[in-house]
Amino acid sequence: MIRSHVLVCGGTGCTSSGSRAISDKLAEQLKIKGLEEEVKIVQTGCFGLCALGPIMIVYPEGTFYSMVTPEDIPEIVEEHLLKGRIVERLVYNDTGAEKEEEAPVGSLNDTQFYKKQKRVALRNCGVINPEIIDEYIAMDGYFALAKVLKEMTPDDVIKTILDSGLRGRGGGGFPTGRKWQFAKASVSDKKYVVCNADEGDPGAFMDRSVLEGDPHAVIEAMAIAAYAIGADEGWVYVRAEYPIAVRRLQIAIDQAREYGLLGKNIFGTDFNFDLHIRLGAGAFVCGEETALLTSVEGNRGEPRPRPPFPAVKGLWGKPTIVNNVETYANIAQIILNGSDWFRSFGTEGSTGTKVFALGGKIKNTGLVEIPMGTTLREVIEEIGGGVPNGKKFKAAQTGGPSGGCLPAELIDTPIDFDTLVKAGSMMGSGGLIVMDEDTCMVDIAKFFLEFTVDESCGKCSPCRVGTVRLLEILNKITSGNGEMEDLDKLEELANYIKSASLCALGQTAPNPILSTLRFFRDEYIAHIVDKKCPAGVCKQLLSYNIDADKCKGCTLCARKCPAGAIVGKVKEVHVIDNQKCVKCGACIETCKFGAIYKK
Amino acid sequence: MKSLEELMAIKAKMQDKVSVRTSSGDIRIVVGMATCGIAAGARPVLNAFVEGVSESGLTEKVQVTQTGCIGICQYEPVVEVYEKDKEKVTYVKMTADKAKEVVEKHIKGGQPVTEYTIGASQI
Repeated sequence: MIRSHVLVCGGTGCTSSGSRAISDKLAEQLKIKGLEEEVKIVQTGCFGLCALGPIMIVYPEGTFYSMVTPEDIPEIVEEHLLKGRIVERLVYNDTGAEKEEEAPVGSLNDTQFYKKQKRVALRNCGVINPEIIDEYIAMDGYFALAKVLKEMTPDDVIKTILDSGLRGRGGGGFPTGRKWQFAKASVSDKKYVVCNADEGDPGAFMDRSVLEGDPHAVIEAMAIAAYAIGADEGWVYVRAEYPIAVRRLQIAIDQAREYGLLGKNIFGTDFNFDLHIRLGAGAFVCGEETALLTSVEGNRGEPRPRPPFPAVKGLWGKPTIVNNVETYANIAQIILNGSDWFRSFGTEGSTGTKVFALGGKIKNTGLVEIPMGTTLREVIEEIGGGVPNGKKFKAAQTGGPSGGCLPAELIDTPIDFDTLVKAGSMMGSGGLIVMDEDTCMVDIAKFFLEFTVDESCGKCSPCRVGTVRLLEILNKITSGNGEMEDLDKLEELANYIKSASLCALGQTAPNPILSTLRFFRDEYIAHIVDKKCPAGVCKQLLSYNIDADKCKGCTLCARKCPAGAIVGKVKEVHVIDNQKCVKCGACIETCKFGAIYKK
Repeated sequence: MKSLEELMAIKAKMQDKVSVRTSSGDIRIVVGMATCGIAAGARPVLNAFVEGVSESGLTEKVQVTQTGCIGICQYEPVVEVYEKDKEKVTYVKMTADKAKEVVEKHIKGGQPVTEYTIGASQI
């Protein structure tokens, strides 16, 4: 008889920090102690707190262990699973090590990280074993599909989704119900339902986590969408770089077929639906829906002009809806709990919750799901645990290469579709990168632009040529050759690219430049006029120097320097030759006396 | 899958298996499982509780967990029952059979089995 479940995270984050070795060791130790009949190991999807992985939760107590190593396992088995004594030293301590009097937090839901979250799309991630369909069913899985097929007409379904106010979570924010309405209204003998799992924003991994942790939620929602618009076939377009997600999705599809939840006459009705996976080769542009459809058809992933929209003319010329993974992950919950329930979270214009991938200079890197309208401050300071090492928060980047930055002054901005756009950024798919005072905003703009230059498909010239020209101007500025009129040129060109590009990739590519210019213009000016990088990032504007008072003449730096740029005799002050210096920073790390500084 | 009933059947079958993770814990049965408890036979007691709760279909609100030594080793196996808004009941010198009886009378019936409690055993 099973009395305890040990949940081990099997998401990509924890797998790469070694969670598989932990499962194996756990199985071995349970066997040694004769507990394998009493304790069950459950491999789940992502819990969200990736920074602290590998993560493990022991139920029924709900004890939350973080950064577990295989060497800790014998102790956990002996102490906790056999004797019932929680291994305090491994329990996630929310408050940080500095406050000893506060007891470590035992249960997951009590932590700062989870307390403010509301999990709708991620509700089963880290709770069920994604490779066992029965566990999904135990969590009311496929009941929404049953309800839809037995009790609702396609129009009822669309009305419920419309009333819920659900908007596309992939970045565009288009009302999902309206998309379905258009597709239903299109008359055709064949229609398709497509899931966009081509998550390409640097730093965003929410779609991967849903597919890894709760793949059936996507399958169920796609079946519901198919019923609503009158389709009988679906495609999931997922990047080949997500091997765990692809494998679990395939297992889930196979299990659903076996149970007759995909296939013919589902739930004894005349509704048929089947699903295929199409692997993407990792082109960023294929996240754009028309490029995605072109790629599913087997052609080179390039966008085409809209209209006609896919809802009218999509895959192989047939009416098609394309929704994002996270959007689908909300559908079954809306059907089961009603549109009013969904509207109870979030704001008037942006209902429900949104998943964010927290990254950058923040303590709790990971995946969080919050009601729309939560402020940036709550996300960064309370859930994210703030900026580490006592550094100052400078800006948050949302929306990846298509989005913009929110400076520290706007930290109290509520996060929803409309306020972010108003503030010059966008929701995007949900990457949230936190930057501290050591980040150079011109460099960040350059980073994202390098990305779009690489990823531009080349079909239209404003994007193909324009982004390269923008990058050239940025390079000119960061190398100390910028002129003030370059800023006007940047803005002018950026606006041309925005208005003339064929698809959203080009239309949004200049956003990182425009938003940093808007909020951090003084940093651009410092690069151009003073020839200085205030954050000390842009190498060509830096010089390394040795403080004569602190240098002891130990010769360590001179030996370490790969360019032979440091000269000096033993016990004499050393000097850096800035002509030879490659600004690698190796000397700063080597110096034991803190005598080397950059400016 | 041809009917809703089939789906319900799978859910019902699985409910027991996932309830370890979702149980509300309105009632918590805590078994002392330190060295003293294990030596006195707490393992079969623990298992008897887990089985008993599952058989009575109470897994949604009853949690069975362990704890360390509470200091009255001569009375092990010790079992404590916590229930919302009620005083804690401590059972001592438990056996698997007594455990089944406690599930039946106390957990299901709401009447503590006074004769097995620490009060009745005259410390």
